[in-house]
Amino acid sequence: MPFNIVVLLKRVPDTESKITLREGAVVTEGLNFVLDPYGEYGLEKALQLVEQHGGKVTAVLFGSADAKETIRKALAVGADEAVHISDPALEGGDAAATAKVLAAALKKIPYDMIWAGKQAVDEDNAQVALRVAELLDLPHVNSVIEFNLEADGKAARCVREVDGERDVMTTTLPAIFTAQQGLGELRYPSLKGIMGAKKKPITDWDAAALGVAVATVGAAGAKIQQTKLEPPPARPPGKIIPGDAQTAAQELARLLHEEAKVI
Amino acid sequence: MSNNILIIAEGRAEGLKKVSYELVNMAQTLAAALGGAVEGAVVGSNVGAWAETLAKTGVTKVYVADDKGLEHFAPESYTTALAAIINAAQPAIVMFGATGWGKEVSARVAARLDWGLATDCTAAQIENGALVLTRPVYAGKAIAHVQAKSFPVMVSMRPNLVPPAEADKPAAPLQTVAVALTAPRAQVVETMVKEKSKVDLGEANVVISGGRGVKGPEGFAPLNELADTLNAAIGASRAAVDAGWIDYSHQIGQTGKTVAPKLYIAAGISGAIQHLAGMSSSKVIVAINKDPDAPIFKIADYGIVADLFDVLPALNGEIKKIQGS
Repeated sequence: MPFNIVVLLKRVPDTESKITLREGAVVTEGLNFVLDPYGEYGLEKALQLVEQHGGKVTAVLFGSADAKETIRKALAVGADEAVHISDPALEGGDAAATAKVLAAALKKIPYDMIWAGKQAVDEDNAQVALRVAELLDLPHVNSVIEFNLEADGKAARCVREVDGERDVMTTTLPAIFTAQQGLGELRYPSLKGIMGAKKKPITDWDAAALGVAVATVGAAGAKIQQTKLEPPPARPPGKIIPGDAQTAAQELARLLHEEAKVI
Repeated sequence: MSNNILIIAEGRAEGLKKVSYELVNMAQTLAAALGGAVEGAVVGSNVGAWAETLAKTGVTKVYVADDKGLEHFAPESYTTALAAIINAAQPAIVMFGATGWGKEVSARVAARLDWGLATDCTAAQIENGALVLTRPVYAGKAIAHVQAKSFPVMVSMRPNLVPPAEADKPAAPLQTVAVALTAPRAQVVETMVKEKSKVDLGEANVVISGGRGVKGPEGFAPLNELADTLNAAIGASRAAVDAGWIDYSHQIGQTGKTVAPKLYIAAGISGAIQHLAGMSSSKVIVAINKDPDAPIFKIADYGIVADLFDVLPALNGEIKKIQGS
C-alpha cells in the first residue's frame, strides 16, 4: 500500500564548520549550509519506504528565503516534492512558535507518517517535532534506530533509544518518528538526481497561506527569546607533560589527583 | 499560579538519578529569588521509594503519580500524568533534567500546556524578576543567553552542574495525584538490556574517548580497562564510529552526544571541530596523541605526546596506586 510521508527538515551549518559570531549573530558568509543531519536519516527512511511500498515523499522545510538551495538537496536524493515555508513574520520564533507553524502546514498536507530528526544541530532544541506530535494529537516515537512496518501497514514497530537504553515500541499510524543516527546509511545524490531536482515542484507557503495568527508565531509568539549569543569561554592554556610514556603517565596521575582534584 | 518551582525527578531500577538531586539544589536558588518553595514530582509505577527519598531532600511537598500504566516510558501516558501534576501544583517554573527522558517528555508536556521550554540549559537565574538561562547551541560552538518572556515556563538542566542535594532532611508530605490514563497509541512492548558501557555517557563523571589512534575495535581495550578503574563511560570520535570500530551510541560531537564530565580523556583523537563541540565544556581535558600538532592539544588542560597504547596502561597503574593509598 502506498504511503504519503512528510519529512520535516531544517537548513543548518555543516557540522565541520567553525561558527563565527559578529555582533551577536552567526556570520553566514562563507558558511556551508546543509540539511540537518538527523533529519537526513529520516528522509532516507522515508525514501526507502516509498521505494518498497509506493507513495510520495514530501520534504517540508521552514526557513529563510535562502533555504531554497538546501531544499533542492532533499529533492536531489529522491523526495518527490517540497514545501518551503518562509515569511519574515514567521521568523525569530522559539520551539513553541516553530511547532505551531509546522502543525499548520501539516494540516494542509496528507500524510500517513511524519519523519524528522531527533534534534537539529544548530539550536539543539530537540523539541519541535515532539511538540508537533502533541499539537496534531499524534503518537510519536523518539530517537528511532530501527523501523519496520507491521504486516497490515497500519502500525509500525521501532527500536527507540533513551538514555543509553533501547526499547521496542509499537505505534499506530499516522505517527511522528524522529530519526537517530543508527537508523541507516545515507545515500548521496546522483548527477541525474541533481538535474532532476530542478524540475521537481517546490510549493511556497507564507503565514497567510498557512492561516496562522501572526501573534502566536515568529518573534511575537515566542515564549523564550534570545538576548545574547556569544562564543564559548576560552579555556586556559594547558600544559604538555614531558618525558617518556611511563614518566608522563605518573606525572599526569599526580596532577589529576593533587592539582585538578578530579580523581 | 504560585511562585513555586516544581522539579520532575527521574529514576531507574537502582533509585533516583543523580540529576534529580541536582535539580533540587538549583531550584532552591531560584525559589529564594522568587520567594517561593521547591516542590518535587515523581511519576512511574511502584515509585513509592523514589517519592520517599525525594521528600527528604528539602522539598516542601512531593506529588506522586503512581500507576501501572507508567511502568514503561510511553510518552503519551507520561505527558498526561505530568500535565495532571503540573495542573495540581500550579508552579511558576518546572525543571526537568536534560536527559534523554527529560528532553523527550518535557517537549510534549510543554506543547500540551502551551508553555515555553528552554532545553539543555547550563545555568539558570532570576534577573529583574525574569528567568534567564544559558544554553549552548551548535553543540557548544556558541553560547545563547535566553529569557522566558513570562511565567509559567519549563526548563531542562544538564546533569553535573551543581552538587546534588542530600536526602537527609525531615520528610515532606506526599500528595498523590490521580491520573486517568488510556492505552497509549505508541507503547513499549519490550525493553532491551543496554549494552557495553555500563556508565551512561550523559551522566558520567569521567569519559574516556578513543579516535583514529585506537586503530581498531580491539584498540578500545586499554580504554575499557582504565574506564573500569575510574568508573568511566566510553566515548568515541566520529572517525572511530565511521570506521565501524564502536557503536554510534558512543559518538561524542555535534552529531552524537554532548558531554561535560569532570574529566575527559581523549586518546588518539585529533580534535576535529565537530568533536570539540561535543566535549569542550568538560571541566578537565586530557589529550593523549602521538601528533604534537593535533588540535586537541589546544583545548587540553594536560597533554601527553606519546602512543596511547603506552600511556593508558601506565596511567591505569598509577591511578590504581593513588586509589589504593
